[in-house]
This record gives sequence, structure tokens and C-alpha cells, in this order.
Amino acid sequence: MNKAENTTNGSIRTVDLVQKGLARRYKAEKRFRWMGLCAISFSLLCLATLFISIFGSGYSAFQQTVIELDIVLDPSGLNPNNLSGADFNGLVKTSLYNMFPEVKDRGEKKKLLSLLSSGAAYKLTDFVKAHPDRIGQTLSLWVPADDDVDMLMKGHIDRNLPEMERRLNDQQISWIEALEEQGKIRKKFNTTFFTAGDSREPELAGIWGATCGSFYTLVITLVLSFPIGVAAAVYLEEFAPKNRFTDIIEVNINNLAAVPSIVFGLLGLAVFLNFFELPRSSSLVGGLVLTLMTLPTIIIAGRAALKSVPPSIREAALGVGASKTQMVAHHVLPLAMPGMLTGTIIGMARALGETAPLLMIGMVAFIVDIPGGFTDPSTALPVQIFLWADSPERGFMEKTSAAIMVLLVFLVIMNSAAVYLRKKYEKRW
Amino acid sequence: MTPIHVMIILLLLSTAGYYLGRRRALAVAERTGGPKVLHSRPVYYGALTALWCAVPALFIFSFWVVCESTVITDMVLSKLPESIQSLPADRLNLVMNDIKNLVNGNIVSGEENADLQAAADYYQYLRSLSQGALFVLVAVICIGAVSILQNRIRPELRARNHVERVVYYMLIACSVLAIFTTIGIVLSVLYESIRFFKIIPVQDFLFGLKWSPQTAIRADQVGSSGAFGAIPVFIGTLLVSAIAMIVAVPVGLMSAIYLSEYANRKFRAYAKPLLEILAGIPTVVYGFFAALVVAPVIRGSGALIGLDISSESAMAAGLVMGVMIIPFVSSLSDDVINAVPQSIRDGALSLGSTQSETIRHIVLPAALPGIVGGVLLAVSRAIGETMIVVMAAGLSANLTLNPLKTVTTVTVQIVTLLVGDQEFDSPKTLAAFALGLLLFVVTLILNVIALYVVRKYREQYE
Repeated sequence: MNKAENTTNGSIRTVDLVQKGLARRYKAEKRFRWMGLCAISFSLLCLATLFISIFGSGYSAFQQTVIELDIVLDPSGLNPNNLSGADFNGLVKTSLYNMFPEVKDRGEKKKLLSLLSSGAAYKLTDFVKAHPDRIGQTLSLWVPADDDVDMLMKGHIDRNLPEMERRLNDQQISWIEALEEQGKIRKKFNTTFFTAGDSREPELAGIWGATCGSFYTLVITLVLSFPIGVAAAVYLEEFAPKNRFTDIIEVNINNLAAVPSIVFGLLGLAVFLNFFELPRSSSLVGGLVLTLMTLPTIIIAGRAALKSVPPSIREAALGVGASKTQMVAHHVLPLAMPGMLTGTIIGMARALGETAPLLMIGMVAFIVDIPGGFTDPSTALPVQIFLWADSPERGFMEKTSAAIMVLLVFLVIMNSAAVYLRKKYEKRW
Repeated sequence: MTPIHVMIILLLLSTAGYYLGRRRALAVAERTGGPKVLHSRPVYYGALTALWCAVPALFIFSFWVVCESTVITDMVLSKLPESIQSLPADRLNLVMNDIKNLVNGNIVSGEENADLQAAADYYQYLRSLSQGALFVLVAVICIGAVSILQNRIRPELRARNHVERVVYYMLIACSVLAIFTTIGIVLSVLYESIRFFKIIPVQDFLFGLKWSPQTAIRADQVGSSGAFGAIPVFIGTLLVSAIAMIVAVPVGLMSAIYLSEYANRKFRAYAKPLLEILAGIPTVVYGFFAALVVAPVIRGSGALIGLDISSESAMAAGLVMGVMIIPFVSSLSDDVINAVPQSIRDGALSLGSTQSETIRHIVLPAALPGIVGGVLLAVSRAIGETMIVVMAAGLSANLTLNPLKTVTTVTVQIVTLLVGDQEFDSPKTLAAFALGLLLFVVTLILNVIALYVVRKYREQYE
């Protein structure tokens, strides 16, 4: 500095020095700004890629390929009083063979049959059981096609590939093309996906079982974590004396909020399953584990909500003779409730998307049945996604993406509810 | 008369207790000049009755439900014939399972015989007996509590104070649950880890260079002795986390700087929630994204320049994990940057520095402790993240720092060791708990340091 001042009448002046550096400094300024913008664009680009790739590979799962069969319900083989013994599989087979009378060879017949899903016979069974009066008539029924046919119809299998590299051979494709000409194969809205449980066959797998499991798990989580979380927040914010014990609780809660979720899974495995011997794979245990995991979130949000209620409210209540409990229950808590609910919904959304701890307590089992209660073996939506993502069949890939889309819809609904609550009841004191 | 029925009846009785208590209080007050002679408002007398009704009964109820199954099992076992009783413990367990299956009408694994059937009948008899007894006990306690309180209710009874004290203790109990959770975590992982370290010495686990957790089915099997050296697993975890942080820290920090220092209000209003969507996406979705999109792209671009990249490379998992952590870093940094007082910025600007110079030389150094705390929290997140690595990183434990090779992480190993059948006496299963203990300790240390730094920093400007 001194040097620059001394040379004011010499060759170099401070202003010149500054001027000289200005261009470079403005450039640096621009660069810095541009880097910030790049960082944000990068994140948003990732977000967009994620959504587009998942939507792109998942939207086709909402359609399903079905094949129309003309089935002769021969009364000789169907006793209306004892339908469980009837050979529905045989009926399906014969009606398919009748459509292609030129197929005689055993191997070829097998190839032909593999166009149909193994669910076709179940579909027929259900139909006949529901309409026993149709026995003796000829029935035209749309039954699900095999997942390979489904993939071909949706264009995921390229018909122009060499025969060896396809899952379907030339003959099978010619049969499918024949069916297409007759209008006996088409795509329809995939109701199976929304009503069925898990299955080894992609065309028969659905998310209803996982959705029910998630629902039961979240019910347990909500019923336990909301009251306990609110009570803990109220105690820490309104009643707790400032001492060592309270400090320990606070530090504990903050730490638990940052403990990896898989550790909660280990806790659940060791305590709930091995020690208390609660039923494995049940949504009850899942709910308990997720409760412990979401409690810190709810407590922290609840404390923030209580903190935002101004002290004047408390003083006014105490001033007119309310006891401390009355002051909290009648005045502070109702004012803090929207904030607490927002925190709870966000905690629930996190619990809904949580997978790792559920893997630890056995909710990854292959479960076909729709769970009917809290102690039934069940799985959850994110775990179902994980299971399907692991399956080698091409058909499960679009199912995985579709299940992710359903999960994201639930999350969007929950988060919008939280945002709405916050916007509607937000108060600036 | 299942426990759920008992629970419903307990609730009904407590509700009835509430109304009876309130009515009694009003009736007592009526004799001496209306409700205003009561010490507390009538609802408190009702609440006190309901609490006396419900709390002791609930304690008995939970105790009963916890112990019921063990006691009944023991009683049934003692009635079984000698030949079955002398079986080893695991066989005995199987028999007991069969009996329980018979009771529930399920299919039995072994052959059904008269002994089992008799035991099942006895089990059922005991269970219905116990449930009946529980119901009677709960009902007696409830009715007893109500009738005692009916006599005790007087205008001078300080019902509000009693109720408030009970509420106070319940609040304490709820907040202490956090401590119990921590103790539960520590005990459950520690207990199994100690069993593990009895089989595999601690130093072998901590400093061993080979990880292949196989256990022998037969003693003479080739490669039967598993290797439980955790170093490759740690290195893998650190590698993936490091890649994640290389993505997340600069991007998150720059986003936070742009949003808090440059962006106008409108841009901020749109960009910030969009960034937060990234934080709300479940990790299993990121895992699928990494395996479906990112890994093939990396592999493909590697093939273009002649590099052989594994399809389960650390790179794919790390990159996607980094994207997941971006909003975490950015929102934490946003908080600390906003906490730097405006006067400091104004001082720097008035001396003629450009905005970026102010940020780099003034704001960031002032916010540094907070940012470091946030980054530490992010590291602990990355280390504990499970689903992305389970789905996108590999299983084989390679001791390498090459991000294009397959590595495995602590969380991946825990998941693979514990999903499926578990035997709680094989080191394979117990190793998962030892890894869990390490994971817990490492993340705990990071969290404690981070929370301390952040808290200390906040106080500085408040």
C-alpha cells in the first residue's frame, strides 16, 4: 500500500494497478457465477435423467398382452359341484392347439404352449367358478400371454435380431403374427399389476401385496411414532430442566437421527426377532423398526414447531391461571400442531421409502399372498422394487420401473400434503 | 378372547371410568354447592379414574402377553413323554414348532401322532385358560380401580395435580426412549460382536487383508476356513464414499453459494424445492438408476476408449451416491452461509472486492467450520448408505483403489450375510454384527464431531 502511495507521481498509480487487474477479476467473477449455475444445472439434469429413464422404461408395464382363446366348456369333464378337480389346464391347451391345427410335433406343441402364461388356466378357473351356468357353451376368453410375448408386443424384443439371440424363435413369431392378423392378440390395461401379489412370472406379478404390506407397516409406525414423538418433543422443549440428563437425551436424539438406517435393522433383528421372538417378515416388526428410525425426525421437527410458538402465548396462559400442563395442552400444542404434522408426514414419507432395515428383519421373502394383518408375512413397496430389480427376466425390469413410479406417486402425495399444511397454517409471529 | 379383544375391553372400561369419575365428581359437588367447590375441573376427576383404570391393567397386560408363550411352552414340554423330552434342544424346538402348527391348523413337518395331538390340545387348553384369566384379571383391576376412586372422589381431592404428575412421567418415559434405543443398538451389536471376536481374534478382523466369509459345511471341505479381514471392505467403503464426496461437495457447495448469494428470489423459489426432490427420492430408486442407467453408460464409455470397466464398478455406485448427497450438502451449506452476518459482506464489498472475491475470501472462510461439519455429516451418510451399493456395487472384496474395479462395502456385506437363512452360531452371521458395530462406531464419531462443530459455529454469530 505504502509503496503505491509513494509513487503517485511516478510511473505506477494505484488506480492503474486496479484498472489493470479489473478485466481479469471480472472474468473470474463471471466464471465463478457460471460454475454455480452449472452446479445447479447438473443436479437438475440428474433429476431429469432419473425421472425420464424410469418413466421411459416403466410406462409400458401398465399395459399387458392378452390372447383370445375360444374354449369349449365340455360338460363331460366339468362337474359344477366339483370344479377344483377339473382339468382347466387341458382345456386351455386344447383350445390353443385347435387354433393352430397344423402343429403336430410334440416339441412344437410345447413351443406353442409357451406363448401362454401359466396364469391362463387360473383365469379360466376363476371365470368358470364365477359363471357355472356357462358350462356346455363355447367361451371366448382373453387370457394373459407369456412375458416373452408381452416383451415382443411392446417392442422390447427386436424381431429382426438373429434367431439365436432372441427368446422367441421364428416359428413362435410367425404364430404371434398369425394371431395379430386374426385380431386375437392385443394389449390392454394391466389390472393384474395393481391387484396381484408377487409372482415368479413377470406377467402375473403385481404390487398390491407390497402396497398392503407397506400400508400395515406405516400404520404401526404412525400409531407409535406420532404420540411418542410429540410427547418427547413437548417434554424436552417445555418441561425438561436444563441439566446433564436432558443434555444426554438431546445428544442421543441428534445422534440417532444420523445413525445409518441399516443399524436399526440390526437392532430389530437382535431385539425384536431374536429376543422377543416376534414373527419374522411381519409388518409389525417392520413398523417397530421404522418407528425407532423416524422418531428422531419427528422429535426434532416437533421441537422446532414448539420453539416457533412465541413466549407471550405461554405467559398469557399462565397469567390467567392455567397450570403448565394446561398451558401446553390448550395453547402451545394446538399452535405447534401443523408444524408437528408436517414433520410427521415427512418422517412417514422417509419410512415409506426405507428399504435397508426391512431387509434385515426378513421382509425380503418371496410372498405371493396378500397380507391380511399385522403379523402376516409381508413385504413392502421399496423391498418389492429391490426384489424385482434383482430378477433376471426382462419383464421384471419394466415392472420395477412401474413400481418405482407408484412409490414416487405416493411420496409426491405425502410431500405435497406436508407443503400444503405448512403453507396453509404457517404463521409469522 | 384374544389379546386384541382384551385390549378393546380395556379401552371401553377406561372410557366408562372416565364418565363415571366425572359424574361422581359433579354429584359430590352438587351436595355442597355446585361444581365450583371442586378443587379441579370435573374432567380431571374423570381422567384420574380412567388413568387408574388403564395404567395398572396395561402393565399387567403387557407382562402377561410377553410371558404367556414361554410359560405355556414350558408347561406343554413338561407334559410330553420322556422320549421326546430327552431330545437335544434343537430337535425339541422342532417338536414344539409342530405342536404350534397343529394348534394353528397348519401343515406339520413330521408325522402326526397321538402324543403331538395331545400336546397340541393341551397347548390350546392352556392358551384359552390363560386368555380367559387375563380377561378376568384386567376386568377386575379396572372395576376395582373405578369403585375405589368412586369413594375417594371428594371436592378437596387434587385430581388435576395427580393427572398432571402422571402425564409428566409419561412425557419423560417417551423422551427416555431415545436413550433406550441407543442402548439397544449398542448392546445388540456388541453382544453378537463379542461372540464373533471369540471365534475370530479382533486383530485378524481389523487388520486382515482378505475377506471371504465362507464357512464350512463339512470339516474337510476345500477352502473351508473363511477369511474375515475387514481391510478390503473398509477400503471399498472409503473408495465409494470418496467418489461420492468428490461429486457432492463441489456441486452441493456451489449450488448453495449460487442460491444464497446470486440467485434472484424467483429462481430460488423454483430451484430449491427441485433440489430437495433429490433428497426425497428413496435410495432403492437411486440403486436401480445406478444399475440400470449409470453403470452401462460408464461401461460403454470405457469400452469406447479401450478400458475394461466392471459393470459393478465403484464409479457407478459412487457417482449416484454423490448425486443423492448433493441436496444434503447444499441445504446444510445454505444454512451456514446465510448465518454469516450481512455486515461482513458489506464491508468486503465496500472495499472494492467483487462478489465472488467476497464469497471466496470472506464468506467461505467465515462459514468454513459449519461447512466442514456438514461435510462430515455427509460422509457419515455416504458410509452408512446401503441400497445404492447393494444394487450397484459388487460382492467380491478386492483390495484396490481403482474406481473402475468392483469393490464391496460394509453395508453390502452386512446385507449379504444377513439376508436369507441365518445361524447365530456361525462366524459368517456374527461377522455382520461386527461390521455393524464398526459402522455404528465410525458414524457415531463422525456425527459427534460434526454436531459439535456445527453447534459451536452457530453460537459464534448468535
